[in-house]
Amino acid sequence: MLGRSLREVSAALKQGQITPTELCQKCLSLIKKTKFLNAYITVSEEVALKQAEESEKRYKNGQSLGDLDGIPIAVKDNFSTSGIETTCASNMLKGYIPPYNATVVQKLLDQGALLMGKTNLDEFAMGSGSTDGVFGPVKNPWSYSKQYREKRKQNPHSENEDSDWLITGGSSGGSAAAVSAFTCYAALGSDTGGSTRNPAAHCGLVGFKPSYGLVSRHGLIPLVNSMDVPGILTRCVNDAAIVLGALAGPDPRDSTTVHEPISKPFMLPSLADVSKLCIGIPKEYLVPELSSEVQSLWSKAADLFESEGAKVIEVSLPHTSYSIVCYHVLCTSEVASNMARFDGLQYGHRCDIDVSTEAMYAATRREGFNDVVRGRILSGNFFLLKENYENYFVKAQKVRRLIANDFVNAFNSGVDVLLTPTTLSEAVPYLEFIKEDNRTRSAQDDIFTQAVNMAGLPAVSIPVALSNQGLPIGLQFIGRAFCDQQLLTVAKWFEKQVQFPVIQLQELMDDCSAVLENEKLASVSLKQ
Amino acid sequence: MAAPMLRWGCRGRRWAFARVDGGSCHRRGAPTGSTSNQIRGESSVAQQPLHTAQKTRKGEHKWAAVVGLEIHAQISSNSKLFSGSQVRFSAPPNSLVSFFDASLPGTLPVLNRRCVEAAVMTGLALNCHINKKSLFDRKHYFYADLPAGYQITQQRLPIAVNGSLIYGVCAGKKQSQVIPKTVRIKQIQLEQDSGKSLHDNLRSQTLIDLNRAGVGLLEVVLEPDMSCGEEAATAVRELQLILQALGTSQANMAEGQLRVDANISVHHPGEPLGVRTEVKNLNSIRFLAKAIDYEIQRQINELENGGEILNETRSFHHKLGCTMSMRDKEGKQDYRFMPEPNLPPLVLYDATSLPAGADPQQVINIDQIRETLPELPSVTREKLVQQYGMLLEHSFTLLNEVGLLEFFQNVIKETRAEPKKVTSWVLNTFLGYLKQQNLAVSESPVTPSALAELLDLLDSRTISSSAAKQVMDVKNRNPRAINKLIGLVRKATQSRADPVMIKEILEKKLSL
Repeated sequence: MLGRSLREVSAALKQGQITPTELCQKCLSLIKKTKFLNAYITVSEEVALKQAEESEKRYKNGQSLGDLDGIPIAVKDNFSTSGIETTCASNMLKGYIPPYNATVVQKLLDQGALLMGKTNLDEFAMGSGSTDGVFGPVKNPWSYSKQYREKRKQNPHSENEDSDWLITGGSSGGSAAAVSAFTCYAALGSDTGGSTRNPAAHCGLVGFKPSYGLVSRHGLIPLVNSMDVPGILTRCVNDAAIVLGALAGPDPRDSTTVHEPISKPFMLPSLADVSKLCIGIPKEYLVPELSSEVQSLWSKAADLFESEGAKVIEVSLPHTSYSIVCYHVLCTSEVASNMARFDGLQYGHRCDIDVSTEAMYAATRREGFNDVVRGRILSGNFFLLKENYENYFVKAQKVRRLIANDFVNAFNSGVDVLLTPTTLSEAVPYLEFIKEDNRTRSAQDDIFTQAVNMAGLPAVSIPVALSNQGLPIGLQFIGRAFCDQQLLTVAKWFEKQVQFPVIQLQELMDDCSAVLENEKLASVSLKQ
Repeated sequence: MAAPMLRWGCRGRRWAFARVDGGSCHRRGAPTGSTSNQIRGESSVAQQPLHTAQKTRKGEHKWAAVVGLEIHAQISSNSKLFSGSQVRFSAPPNSLVSFFDASLPGTLPVLNRRCVEAAVMTGLALNCHINKKSLFDRKHYFYADLPAGYQITQQRLPIAVNGSLIYGVCAGKKQSQVIPKTVRIKQIQLEQDSGKSLHDNLRSQTLIDLNRAGVGLLEVVLEPDMSCGEEAATAVRELQLILQALGTSQANMAEGQLRVDANISVHHPGEPLGVRTEVKNLNSIRFLAKAIDYEIQRQINELENGGEILNETRSFHHKLGCTMSMRDKEGKQDYRFMPEPNLPPLVLYDATSLPAGADPQQVINIDQIRETLPELPSVTREKLVQQYGMLLEHSFTLLNEVGLLEFFQNVIKETRAEPKKVTSWVLNTFLGYLKQQNLAVSESPVTPSALAELLDLLDSRTISSSAAKQVMDVKNRNPRAINKLIGLVRKATQSRADPVMIKEILEKKLSL
């Protein structure tokens, strides 16, 4: 049952094959078994069981709230949850219990979803590995998959297995691990530069970043307000669409949400043919650092569309290479501003020093933030200084506009959807990953995902195939602003073609049959 | 916590709107003499009459002072600028604080329509150009009563620009002539108020009240077109009357709803402007005039003694009557302005740009607001002059004293007496008594009806003018006055009446 998709388990609940409480308990027990993954910071067991009980009553009375009623979900620990600790994986917010729910959390709860817990991340979502949080790194469930282990046995150089686990990617790595390890059916991440799509690619999941303004940010503890969007991590595209249907829409509490009415429910048609589609391949995304395996899959995916009758053309996004440095200026500037509120006065960590207000601020912030956060605050304040503002912030904003215009031009040239890699390569081992610092890693790992946030476009990472090492590789589709449904429809067609294999975690789970029942092997695998 | 700055407005002061009689810059160059300082209740410490210093001595240049003002007016609205919390003065501390006001992480600003309308209305009343598109910015500084670490304001593109304010200053021998003056308005911007810090130096702690945090403010920037305390004070008083007439701010300085910072410099005419100082903590119009004149004098003295003026922030100490450097510990502030990313540009419409079929609840129409503008004080004064034939300066006084215009109009309604007589009685006799007794119009023991009746008696020559004045005296509880009346009655009854009985009857009649 745990291996099923959200839609399938929803059907099972409706048919009474399983009750919400049974489902909840299964997930809770799996969360305990997979505790070593460090996917969750807080497991809200009591809350989830109580919600399950209420859901059960509704099902008994025939008053189900819909597809999400009774479905276990997880939420990244940078979304405010009323009465449940929300830490952002930072000392600064340890023990902080928000008095309100983020709009997206409230919407999920209103639909009857069961909140299993709050998932791990890089501190304040600043990172691309889920390795830089105060609660420690998240381990990629694929490190323990049959697929990966078998490949490693063939490799004579493999080192000590226990220390050789892989990162999930980030910063929503906890949410990705939670869904990937079957402890829930969907999870909320956040996506500022790729933080949902990157771990989705590394964990073999669908990672969806909606259009900016389609989903409320109210209650999401911000990284970069002008780029943040709540992200959705699921095991298939249809599930992402169901969750999006529950979340999308204007929010009076977020003035940047768009008021255009959207069609609900968010149903995805099954594309029978792609011959009317035009797929754009941005040539600037072919960078030297791209692994040959990813490059090969990317090109095979393009071939697949072409062979099915779609028009595939090369497009140019000429300002792509400036995206990362531009992002660095805009991101750190907003970070410097957003983090100013953490002064230890109203909530969160406060130091013991009380000789003066200034000394208290300084010590509180030194103790509360890690090096990455403090480094970004420092750079951001530098860029915002009166003497630097024009040279850095204003220029970066102009570059941002150029990057956004690149996309507009590509779409105006007739392209429906862009196809790109999500990451340079598959997930790397933790010990390998931490050889580079957070800043270098973030700059490298966001290279394909980040420009999308500059432009506010919808994008989704779809798992495509396993690498030679037996690890997932994802590709990214980018759509026109507010054409999220069209984007997901294309992604759904593609997903069906590639038949990505299910993660085999039998060793981790007693309930192996439940997982195996849904197992599919790559039938039309792009790897041949 | 060490910061010694007190940000509280002083409370409980009466007559915050008292007429300012101190400065006399319009008589610059006139023969020196002590000006009549009619300010009540304060001994002027360290305060010299301004013009003594501006006297031209042989071989010396004249000094000219340049004064600009930044005025913060709290918007009169039910809820705050970006949150739904109530706005109320003197509520229990921290009882009007939403999650946004406390800057809980993840909360976002939502613009209050009423505050935007108030800004547009004020802009229109002050002859401003209303920007159809304006932007919000973050201004960063660390302060305990600024929970977000930044204030949302309008730095780059404010809601209204390029206006003007016309005010009248008294001049002439008896200050009886009103000369109109204009001060340009640079801009009006919407911004958030901060909370309040109360520093307890004894226990070295600071108490924070966030009730005020996030209340909508109109920052009105007046160009440096003024040249002395009286001009500044009169301009502020006029602005206050306009805001009150519009209902966009209660503009009560004692409650901190109107706060003024003054930028002051002196120079020799024809030479470049001098280094300016900023004087804060001006919480009444009277102190505003005093502080500016003191500061002008201080700068002149400093320069004449070979000193230099520092570009600094100074605070007015109203007990000592002087300004003092605030010695900002942080040194030069860099506010690191940044666009507020959570608020889209504020777009306003007029009849020509209003999109067809727009939901009136979702758009703000400048032309519609223009139509609802109430009568402004300048028009009210004109009407008074035309309708009752009073002098312009009388109309100023009627509007300047809180409640006096209404009192006057009520008397006019009920009496047969000539409007000129009413004007004279209200402005001279009645107001004189109130001032003597240190009372506000609302506290007057004399009702409009009583005065109307008295004026009727006077009009029908039932009583004489001096008798009427004595009645006023009694009404105002002057104990000696009743003895005079008793004397008159005894005289009229040829001493046949019993004085005790006369007193009883009089007291009853006068409802004392």
